[in-house]
Amino acid sequence: MRDKLMFALAAVCAVILSVNFYKIFLVLPDEANQGAIYRIVYMHVPSIFTGFTGFFVALAASGAYLATGKLKYDAFASAVTEVSLAFATIVLATGMIWGRIIWGIWWTWDARLTTMLVCWLIYAGYLMLRRAIDEPTQRARLSAVVSIFGCVDILIVWKSIEWWRTQHPAPVLSVRDGGGMAPGMEAPIYWNWLAFMCLAAILVMVRMRQEQMSNEIDSLRRTAHAY
Amino acid sequence: MSAAALQIGGVSKYYGDFPALRKIELNIEAGSTVALLGRNGAGKTTLLRIMAGLSKASEGSVRIAGADVRRESTRRRIGVLGHGISLYDELSATENLVLFAKLYSLAEPEKQALAWLERTGLGRVRDGLVREFSRGMRQRLAVARAFIHEPEVLLLDEPFTALDDRAIAVLQSLLGDAHALGRTIVISTHQLKEALGLATHVALIQRGQLAFTGERTQQMVDDTGWLYRTHGDN
Amino acid sequence: MSAFLKASWTIAAKDLRSEMRTKEAFNASFAFSLVILVLFSFAFDPSSEELHTIAGGLLWLVFSFAGALVLNRSFARELQNDCLDALISSPAPVSAIFFGKTLANFSLLMIVEIAALGVFAVLYDTHFSKQFFPVVLVMLLGTWGMTVIGTMFSALTVNLRMREMMLPTLVYPMLLPALMAAMTLTSDLMSGTPLGGDNMIWLRVLAGFDFIYTVLAMVFIDIVLLG
Repeated sequence: MRDKLMFALAAVCAVILSVNFYKIFLVLPDEANQGAIYRIVYMHVPSIFTGFTGFFVALAASGAYLATGKLKYDAFASAVTEVSLAFATIVLATGMIWGRIIWGIWWTWDARLTTMLVCWLIYAGYLMLRRAIDEPTQRARLSAVVSIFGCVDILIVWKSIEWWRTQHPAPVLSVRDGGGMAPGMEAPIYWNWLAFMCLAAILVMVRMRQEQMSNEIDSLRRTAHAY
Repeated sequence: MSAAALQIGGVSKYYGDFPALRKIELNIEAGSTVALLGRNGAGKTTLLRIMAGLSKASEGSVRIAGADVRRESTRRRIGVLGHGISLYDELSATENLVLFAKLYSLAEPEKQALAWLERTGLGRVRDGLVREFSRGMRQRLAVARAFIHEPEVLLLDEPFTALDDRAIAVLQSLLGDAHALGRTIVISTHQLKEALGLATHVALIQRGQLAFTGERTQQMVDDTGWLYRTHGDN
Repeated sequence: MSAFLKASWTIAAKDLRSEMRTKEAFNASFAFSLVILVLFSFAFDPSSEELHTIAGGLLWLVFSFAGALVLNRSFARELQNDCLDALISSPAPVSAIFFGKTLANFSLLMIVEIAALGVFAVLYDTHFSKQFFPVVLVMLLGTWGMTVIGTMFSALTVNLRMREMMLPTLVYPMLLPALMAAMTLTSDLMSGTPLGGDNMIWLRVLAGFDFIYTVLAMVFIDIVLLG
């Protein structure tokens, strides 16, 4: 059942991405100010959506674990955080490349990029914490608390950096300098977002299965060594 | 004050999928002294920690005189002596005892502290820092700390391990006094001889399960291996 | 309520007495602050106008590093003789144990920070006597935020291996909004701008941060310490 679902999602994802990439690279014209590089927005922005939603999903899963004590919620939270970390890395990498090409600098304290960096650090801290704890129940409990604190923090960080930016303006990574983008150009962002979410869902499912198997092995090992 | 009964109802503890304790059912009568026996890794310490409210059971509950063990009023009636001495090295003997007296809301904490220091033979070193004490002195102070609030239920995890003979004598005398006052005592131990001498009942834990409970008989005291041979699976 | 406060006070007094006797964390913390302040003056040799704009950043960098030294020891000192077990099995509410330790850490940190502030004023020849009380207010709010999060994570990591590394890794990203606010406010105050107008938003961020995390910590400390 799960395998069928994964294949279905993979198929949807592949179709959307092929159509989109064709459109992005071969159909759409270059943007007025930025030239060809603006196409990176089609990777950058959908990754932001995907990377961010990870926080809230992980928060919900952590809350579910603390409420019910069922380890599958913890496995889910962990998988989602890992996948979100991967997407956060994509955001940072594409952001850096974009910034380098259009302004010649590798980094800018752009609101989104900075928030994503903090996001990345908190995710990485969560995963490092999990590595440091062997016992599954303790690991689930403590990482759930970190997840909740982290999610609240990221909301505060997001708002704070926006306020900071209004006081200290800096280069912004965007294609919307004037008004919005031309209508034909916006659609691929949303399609890519859908494709990335499908991809994220597949990765989460794979990761969850790994985590659950590893838990089984761990408890078998404990049983074998205990008595 | 009358002593309280301990009810362990269907307690299980899981670490992931691994069952450290499996559906332990045990009713401990008020005023009894129970020796909790079992090999290393059987689950004695896990069970004691749940009884002391330090750990949460995955299933089941522990009730003392009908109330859950994590309630504040219940914790006031429990005294715990664990593996470590639970004393602060940088504080003096008096300061340590006063701290715990205050946490247990005793009236006149200083007076109580001094009384217990005398009772455990530490009156002369009351202002000495714990880090300067010998091991035996630290053990005696730990015992004072566990008893200072006159708990109705005493939980001791391997209390006789590595005590010198003076400390053993102090502990045995205090436990005897507590028993005479009708307190309920649970001692988890390997040292069968010291514990079985004091015990009225015995419980054997094997692989997370309760293998045997019953009254302590003279045979158990005389032949300390008998219990393991008969009810354990060696 | 009064039982909670009484227990918190007993624990705070115990921690402070303990620390004052050995002065380990206090000395390390203060020495470290001095070293950073001195090194900074060699590294950057700031003129007095430049200094005011970066004063906030420098000071809070010093405070947060000094803080890490104090906060790491907070719950770690309970491990030594299994003292934490005795505290938890006592009638004192777990939240009171946490609150008492937070109070003690806060007091200790404030002492180190005021001393470091004095050294800063002397070494860098700054004059901010008109803004002294607002600076102290910002220090109080910022240090409380740092202490609440630091003590919470000290409790969380107390039984883990690599504790000394895990604590800063988890805590610093979480502290970002509070540090940003504190740095901005302090720099502004040192440059002579009084509190008010544009600044007030950062004061609100600090106060909000403190409130939210104090509540969260009190709620979750039970889950963290009771396994």
